[in-house]
Amino acid sequence: MRFIGFKLLRLIGVVVAVASLTFFMVALLPGDLAYELAGDEATPEQIAMIRAELGLNEPIGWRFIDWVGKLLHGDLGRSFRSDEPVTEAILSRLPVTLELLFLSQVFALALAIPAGVYTAYRAGGRLDRLLGSLGFAMISVPVFVLAILLIYFFALRLGVLPATGYEPLSEGLWANLRTFLLPSLSIALVEWVPLTRILRSDMIATLKEDFISMAKAKGLPPWHILLRHALRPSSFTLITILGLQIGGLIGGALIIETIFALPGVGRLLINAIYARDFMIVQGCILFIAVGYVAVNFLVDMLYVVLDPRIRVGGKGG
Amino acid sequence: MAESRRSRFGLAVWLPVAWIVFVLGCALSADWWAMPEADYMDFLSQGAPPGAVGEVPLGGGDELAAYTYWLGTDTLGRDILTRLFHGARVSLTLGLIAPIIGLLVGGSLGMAAGYYRGWLESTAIAVTDTILAFPAIVLLLAIVFYIGGSLFNLTLTLGFLTVPAFYRVARANTLTYAEREFVTAAKAMGASDASILLREILPNVFMAMLVYALLIVALLIVVEGVLSFLGLSVPNAPSWGGMIAEGKEYLDEYPRLSFVPAFVMFLTVLSFNLLGDRLRRFTDARESNI
Repeated sequence: MRFIGFKLLRLIGVVVAVASLTFFMVALLPGDLAYELAGDEATPEQIAMIRAELGLNEPIGWRFIDWVGKLLHGDLGRSFRSDEPVTEAILSRLPVTLELLFLSQVFALALAIPAGVYTAYRAGGRLDRLLGSLGFAMISVPVFVLAILLIYFFALRLGVLPATGYEPLSEGLWANLRTFLLPSLSIALVEWVPLTRILRSDMIATLKEDFISMAKAKGLPPWHILLRHALRPSSFTLITILGLQIGGLIGGALIIETIFALPGVGRLLINAIYARDFMIVQGCILFIAVGYVAVNFLVDMLYVVLDPRIRVGGKGG
Repeated sequence: MAESRRSRFGLAVWLPVAWIVFVLGCALSADWWAMPEADYMDFLSQGAPPGAVGEVPLGGGDELAAYTYWLGTDTLGRDILTRLFHGARVSLTLGLIAPIIGLLVGGSLGMAAGYYRGWLESTAIAVTDTILAFPAIVLLLAIVFYIGGSLFNLTLTLGFLTVPAFYRVARANTLTYAEREFVTAAKAMGASDASILLREILPNVFMAMLVYALLIVALLIVVEGVLSFLGLSVPNAPSWGGMIAEGKEYLDEYPRLSFVPAFVMFLTVLSFNLLGDRLRRFTDARESNI
């Protein structure tokens, strides 16, 4: 319980820190937000009007309280450019980002599990060394370079998949998946490397256990031992890392959504940065940071559920 | 044993070192070569293939001289080789100086925390955990957005972001060495804390931090690539990520516009990764021999 309490406290602390930071970054911006919004040709009257409208004349402490109050009701303000409510803008793009993250994890696992199991089974063998070197090279390829390579080969040379664009699920499952294939593959081809390494080293440890020798002695076929006996006890760290990686994936999703023109939260943020749309940027940063902290918290909790030792020991934070 | 030690320091070490020295040399000497300005546009040789000859003003004058585009030009007629040289500057400045900031601040903080323990350690853990709880790329974007992405701002921000990681490495290593006999012996001989930290612990902890720093350099070059790819890195300076992004628009017609800088970037990142990995194996082996 102490562990959960500590983690919960940290969660709240970080959320408060993120919220205050995003607010004060805009509020204490060098120069005046009203000037920025009004544009170059604004008259002083227009600027004064914008100031009054945004409540910029109020003392900063009061503005902060007001902002937090709205925040607690899920109100992140409205976009300065399109007048769209920020919360709605984010929530309407969230499914795209979630689908991208989900599919890239599925692809990463589809690569990592066979590779990890086989390289553990034949550790030190030719394929093990080959995959090891390949993985080492792969993690040195930035995700956006990988995306460009995939676009070049699959979209431009072979012409089998679209280079950019997005089809909603209402256009049919295959039409939707086609647009997600290259983006999620770009992320997965980088992410599978650490997953494979972790599964491989855990699996090697498991394969030395007595119950594996027992299964071998019974004459069970190797694939049966590997998949039915060894995989489950070896996938414990893998699951944790999978959860923790979601945080790192957010960075990858940002740039992948931009390259492939997928209308997700990452692209919303990047476009808002280009357009200097403060409210959207503020909202996205807050949303992503809180989401990231919350996911990390959930992973920690999952760990507590899966591994009773943490509950008893009370430490490990 | 001596044989295997030597083989560990074979090509997998010297090739990365050679490449890094080469790129570093290019970045430092970028202004001294007889090359056009990085943003000079030769309108007569737009999208010229590698080896094409054009006429450009060299050495700051207005007179045109014959010049061979060894790697060709981009669609605006700018020399790709020149831009690669200048792009290396941004990548390496960020990639090398930011980790030094992290190494100095995080390393000394971590060593002090691991040696003195107590309130210093618990405060530092609370602070670094909070920094690590932020998704780094979002924090980076926020800072670029709010205060602008000058080279100075970016280096400082990235340096700051690497502090927690260096802190952890330094602290964990210091903890193990602070209990060792030679530290106890130094204490018994009346050595001051500062002298123990600098003479006894630092030489042992430094290698682990250096290995880590090399991996961080690789990571930061990629991060700079992401930023410049998005057009959010140092404004108006040629950069590898920016070149890849510009080339992406002409991927079908001129794939080399993206692929050449991408390959240079890949080799650089791979070199730092390889070097870090080999050095880690070497120190691990030395450690297990003790």
